[in-house]
Amino acid sequence: MEVMRMAISGTQRGKLISAGYTSLSSLSSVSPSLLAKDLNISEVEALEILKAASHSSRLDTSGGDHAILTGAQNAWEMLHEDSCVRITTSSADVDDILGGGISCKEVTEIGGIPGIGKTQFGIQLAINVQIPAHFGGLGGKAIYVDTEGSFMVERTLQIAEGCIEDMEKDKHFRQRDIRAVKEKLLPKDFLANIFHFRICSYTELIAMINHLDKWVSEHRDVKLVVIDSVTFYFRQDFEDMALRTRILGEMALKLMKLAKKFNLAVVLLNQAATKCAEGLYQLTLALGDSWSHASTNRIILFWKGEERCAYIDKSASLPSASAPYSITSEGIRNSITNCKRIRMM
Amino acid sequence: MANRFISEMGLPKSIANVFAARNVKTAKDALSLTEFELMELLDVGLAEVTSAVAYISEMVCPPFETALSLLEQRVQNEHLAGHLPTRLKGLDKALCGGIPFGVVTELVGPAGIGKTQFCLKLALLASLPTSYGGLDGQVIYIDVESKFSSRRMIEIGSKSFPEVFYREGMAKEMAGRILVLQPSSLPEFTDSLQQIKVLLLQNKLKLLIIDSMAALVSGEFEQTNNPRQHPLAWHISFIKSLAELSRIPIIVTNQVRSQTHGDSLFSFQHTVGANSQMQSRPDNPSRFDSHLIAALGIHWAHAVSIRLILEVRSGQRYLKIAKSPISPPLQFCFEITASGISLLSDDGVEVSGPQINAIHSHGHSAIIHCSDTC
Repeated sequence: MEVMRMAISGTQRGKLISAGYTSLSSLSSVSPSLLAKDLNISEVEALEILKAASHSSRLDTSGGDHAILTGAQNAWEMLHEDSCVRITTSSADVDDILGGGISCKEVTEIGGIPGIGKTQFGIQLAINVQIPAHFGGLGGKAIYVDTEGSFMVERTLQIAEGCIEDMEKDKHFRQRDIRAVKEKLLPKDFLANIFHFRICSYTELIAMINHLDKWVSEHRDVKLVVIDSVTFYFRQDFEDMALRTRILGEMALKLMKLAKKFNLAVVLLNQAATKCAEGLYQLTLALGDSWSHASTNRIILFWKGEERCAYIDKSASLPSASAPYSITSEGIRNSITNCKRIRMM
Repeated sequence: MANRFISEMGLPKSIANVFAARNVKTAKDALSLTEFELMELLDVGLAEVTSAVAYISEMVCPPFETALSLLEQRVQNEHLAGHLPTRLKGLDKALCGGIPFGVVTELVGPAGIGKTQFCLKLALLASLPTSYGGLDGQVIYIDVESKFSSRRMIEIGSKSFPEVFYREGMAKEMAGRILVLQPSSLPEFTDSLQQIKVLLLQNKLKLLIIDSMAALVSGEFEQTNNPRQHPLAWHISFIKSLAELSRIPIIVTNQVRSQTHGDSLFSFQHTVGANSQMQSRPDNPSRFDSHLIAALGIHWAHAVSIRLILEVRSGQRYLKIAKSPISPPLQFCFEITASGISLLSDDGVEVSGPQINAIHSHGHSAIIHCSDTC
């Protein structure tokens, strides 16, 4: 019953079946007017059905010349597109293992225990995506979707100041650019380019993600979407686990599509949870096993001895590795084990 | 906004009626279904469903604000830029002015360390008139463990703020602003939270203290053995939204429990770091007393924005900023005097590594013996 898979309404499907049109091939050689007469519907409606049918049959023909398959690309074409831009994390070591930073066009999940620095990563990336092109950045804008209320403007200001300080230092090394950069960078401009959405329920989160497509097409310079955190509403008040899995899966698909379509980076922050495996309690990221397939890259933050570490748990293109980082008052930086500052104030 | 009625959103009448007829009433109902399911249920075409879902999404999606406008609002609208000063200079400096409004701040520590003392002091500070640096408002103190002592609070008040408390009638007025609730069970606590929400709408309440959160579940934890559902899951999100909506600081205390082994490592750490872990364990002197962790588990820990740990090491009390989006990991020495909690030095010492999360109660008895003999 191929008509079952067609994107048409139930009544129309019922009429098709009762008139004997059950396969796509039976619809392929029928004219709209004939179909309209057979089903006792208007010609416009019949045309719609035939359009839907030809759409489904196109999806069905697998193989053959790839030009026929709309949207397909061969691997060689993709190679050139893959050399995409990346957003630095401000820690050279973490950038190294990530191949230069968080990559655009992909969904990256960052998870870890409370207080390890997930939100710090989120804010840092929202600032770093705005580094102007002549400093090797993207010069984009950021959307910060806040489900937990953990976004701190004071901290964002500090990180923006730290980032500008770094760029000023960098300027001395790039003497030739100094004339190009006449205008002074202000932390306030950085803050003005972060769009903060406060989400209060999972329905709003779904709505937000649905709406992002339209929103981003109106704001083309958005290059980063941070969701902090994707976990929060799904961990409580959720009785129906099947529904949860489905909603999460759909959300992940939409985000991947968004990342591809607008060439932007999507960063999902996830919480850690304890899981009982073979009688042993272990830490793992929340939302379960099916969710772990949702993101393209997965980075876990953890304590390794005295240091904070980032570990690539999953990636299609990068080897698994770990790198230390530290969180300073300016933001995320390289780990500073050999020159520990003992006193702060 | 999630429960907004689709019929009130201004969708074209024809499609809105179809939604109503199929009992898809709220945005939540509609958005929980896939487009294909909606087509089945509503019996309309793909194009209509897609445009309707896009429209509903746009209506439900909350408006954005830039980080800059958030900052400006905060500076303009809020007294002290949205912080309740603790009057502990070092701590206030590290936290950019004190306990921030709008988020949950947690105090963790072993029994008898001074969590309640800290809470009493904060309750007083919030009730002080603005001219003395307070918030000039009501305080709700949810006292689960029945440890609240008015006498002690007035003692702290008159020692710390003699200029206020020795004025006629002031002690009465200050203490009159602090409402103490003593719920005896979780359902009772749930009721009070819902009542508090109503009170918050009237804008008089300036601080909410819950002492302690862990005591509420410690008795009932064993029975609700559903690993997926945290017994306080509803409360966690409710308390967070209370803080956020009314922009008041919320202080919650938490107890400690002993750690089950192995649940602080990721699975890949077991395989990679197993050897080094084994080697470093035996010669680690803190092994015997570092087995305390905060009760309520990791789920709760994610929900708090600021975690302050109070602990004892070799007879000295320490206050540590274990989790904070603003402050580096610092520790301060403190003592408890007649005027409440006070820092021995306002210079915090930065703590590196996960030591900041450890909770010690080593040498705690030394303090008790000491105060007995004195």
